[in-house]
Amino acid sequence: MMKMRQIAFYGKGGIGKSTTSQNTLAQLATKYGQKTMIVGCDPKADSTRLILNTKAQNSVLQLAAERGTVEDLELEDVVQLGYGDILNVECGGPEPGVGCAGRGIITAINFLEEQGAYEGLDFVSYDVLGDVVCGGFAMPIRENKAQEIYIVCSGEMMAMYAANNIARGILKYANSGGVRLGGLICNSRNTDREDELIMELARRLNTQMIHFVPRDNVVQHAELRRMTVAQYSPEHQQAKEYEMLAEKILNNKMLTIPTPITMEELEDLLMEFGVIEDEETAIKKMQAAAGQ
Amino acid sequence: MKDRIEIPDHNSLFKSEPYVKQREGKKAFEAPCSEQETMEALAYSKSSEYKDKNFARQSLVVNPHKACQPLGALMAALGFEKTLPFIHGSQGCTAYFRSHLSRHFKEPAPAVSSSMTEDGAVFGGMSNLIDGLENSVALYKPEMVAVSTTCMAEVIGDDLQAFISNARLKGAISEDLPVPYANTPSFSGSHITGYDSMLKSIISTLYNRSGIQAAPGSGETTGEKLNLILGFEPYTGNFAEVRKILAAFDTEYTFLGDHSGNFDSPATGEYSYYYGGTKLTDVPKAANALGTLSLQKYSVKKTMEYINGTWKQQTISMSTPIGITATDRLIEAISELTGLPIPDELVDERGRVVDALTDSHPYLHGKRVALVGDPDLLIGLIQFCLETGMEPVHIICSNGDNGFKEEAEALLAASPYGAEATVYIGNDLWHMRSLLIDNPVDLAVGSSHLKYAAKDAGVPLIRVGFPVFDRHHLHRYPIIGYQGALNLLTTIVNTILQNLDEDSSGFNHDLVR
Repeated sequence: MMKMRQIAFYGKGGIGKSTTSQNTLAQLATKYGQKTMIVGCDPKADSTRLILNTKAQNSVLQLAAERGTVEDLELEDVVQLGYGDILNVECGGPEPGVGCAGRGIITAINFLEEQGAYEGLDFVSYDVLGDVVCGGFAMPIRENKAQEIYIVCSGEMMAMYAANNIARGILKYANSGGVRLGGLICNSRNTDREDELIMELARRLNTQMIHFVPRDNVVQHAELRRMTVAQYSPEHQQAKEYEMLAEKILNNKMLTIPTPITMEELEDLLMEFGVIEDEETAIKKMQAAAGQ
Repeated sequence: MKDRIEIPDHNSLFKSEPYVKQREGKKAFEAPCSEQETMEALAYSKSSEYKDKNFARQSLVVNPHKACQPLGALMAALGFEKTLPFIHGSQGCTAYFRSHLSRHFKEPAPAVSSSMTEDGAVFGGMSNLIDGLENSVALYKPEMVAVSTTCMAEVIGDDLQAFISNARLKGAISEDLPVPYANTPSFSGSHITGYDSMLKSIISTLYNRSGIQAAPGSGETTGEKLNLILGFEPYTGNFAEVRKILAAFDTEYTFLGDHSGNFDSPATGEYSYYYGGTKLTDVPKAANALGTLSLQKYSVKKTMEYINGTWKQQTISMSTPIGITATDRLIEAISELTGLPIPDELVDERGRVVDALTDSHPYLHGKRVALVGDPDLLIGLIQFCLETGMEPVHIICSNGDNGFKEEAEALLAASPYGAEATVYIGNDLWHMRSLLIDNPVDLAVGSSHLKYAAKDAGVPLIRVGFPVFDRHHLHRYPIIGYQGALNLLTTIVNTILQNLDEDSSGFNHDLVR
């Protein structure tokens, strides 16, 4: 049997990590027969709803809090089978503004490992909230865990800024361990020259734009019904896009140590592509507007 | 004597006038309750209504009978030759582990800390760990550094494996230095969990680095015959007792973790940081022994799983072998694993201890006891009570799991002397206080922490387990093996006889008991 692959999706909050990862993994499981588990590492616990077709599943930490301790849990309590025979776990975490969500992720992942949750799988996928803000959110990229990171981004400045930051986080662990950047997934926001921009960012980060996922409303339609496109409208072109991404991830050989860039370089890049203007142009425009 | 120094003990010192006056003077600032209120509250705390409330308590723990994970990790580290325990986290934690162990063993407990402060909490403890490793290796020249963590490092999610390999990349420590590590957050488990994690890490690290492939039974000619694990062992005397038994068998053996040297070092005028311990080169070779015997079960679960799974050895785990039946099983296990016959001298020793038990039996029969301790110790003590005719009544194990509870209950159910017993897991010594007052017993058996509850309930305390802070040298005398059974018997029966003498009114103050 092939060695189990552990991958993780990172990216700016709201960029569509959970949507992209579930849609892609649904294809990976159904079209390529990969036995897959999704581990949601977001206190909001919304990383598996499209696979399970439910509102939100019971999370490890929620059940641990109810029963007193994580030791009182059994694997069956927290792992649920969903579309495409994908196994689903949500780490969960505290209410916004209290406690320590990062520690929650450490606790939950340790629990899964100790209970042997990963036996017999082809793919484990971690869906991680926002930035790599602290040690807890870096848990999925530690040694012996996710070896391939996919960053979901778009042509918007803050999404690219976050992607660069995540690359810095990966670099920290890549030198001493085996974690590598697998590529940028561009989840299109229909901004100008988006694909070229992300390809250029990828080049500077020493990685690839593994796929450009065009924007299509069918994703939202499916999402409203708590489904992936694979399940809601399997023949739709968007489903093919996710299938292509799944195939690329399955055969991805380009795993690199990233070379993050400075904030100035990032701004220069955006200027080059005309996403932001240099100061002079901006002032001229303002003056012109004032003169009118 | 001319230069005799007058040293008042605490009782007489604090009854002297200046101290009495000082206490009275302080009262003005303390807004104390009246004496009557204090008496009423005390009386209420002894009522059965209060007991029910006490057991309904949910969000408060009072005097739990357990210590932190890294304390156990520290003990595990000190079981190996020239090994420096390194605690990654805040300094105060390390001071606590060291003083806690020193108070029990009356020996220094060397350990270093990466001294994380606010900066470390915010930016991660990597630089603390790397600098700390570099400095401590330069200063204390260990052959192995065993890293465990405090809660702070665990909450912020410090990645020890990455940090340690970065320390090597930076050249802060050499590639040759083994640095096993264990994640030991104190908000889960207890000292026995930490002991287990560290022991497993030390054994697996040394084994993996050696390149040796485990071949059970192949080491017989070179001295690898039987491995022994004593676990979180508060008695240095127990190591001596096991050595004695193995000498009688005339077998080769390796202790996987032996802290008896570090916790029983001689006063020669010179202090060394390292005393005794399992030789580092002996650990991987132990993979070629016939089998591994552990004298604790609940304290070394993960380690035994590792030995079973990776070394594929025969393993036998038993809880602390206290008393005749349990020691019989120990002796049989050694014989089973080594294939050697049971030595006559042990059979003789057994006979003498059985004789002693029969001598004291009239005083032990039907004595009601309360027990507190770690899971393995409690299993041993329950067995000992049942075979001597004492009746366990209240049993509290703050760090016991459901598996322990089931085993203890099955053990008690198998004997008429266990009929009145209740086993509590996760409860604390404040619960025990209520139990001792509400349903009195003749003896309380447990660590020094039990002394307050025992005193409130007017029950004599037999000090057994960890920690024993307020009696000296008990840890030097074994409680396992036939000799250990005799030691425990002596303490228990003499405490009972002492009480008889204290309670006798004159006509029954008998010369012969």
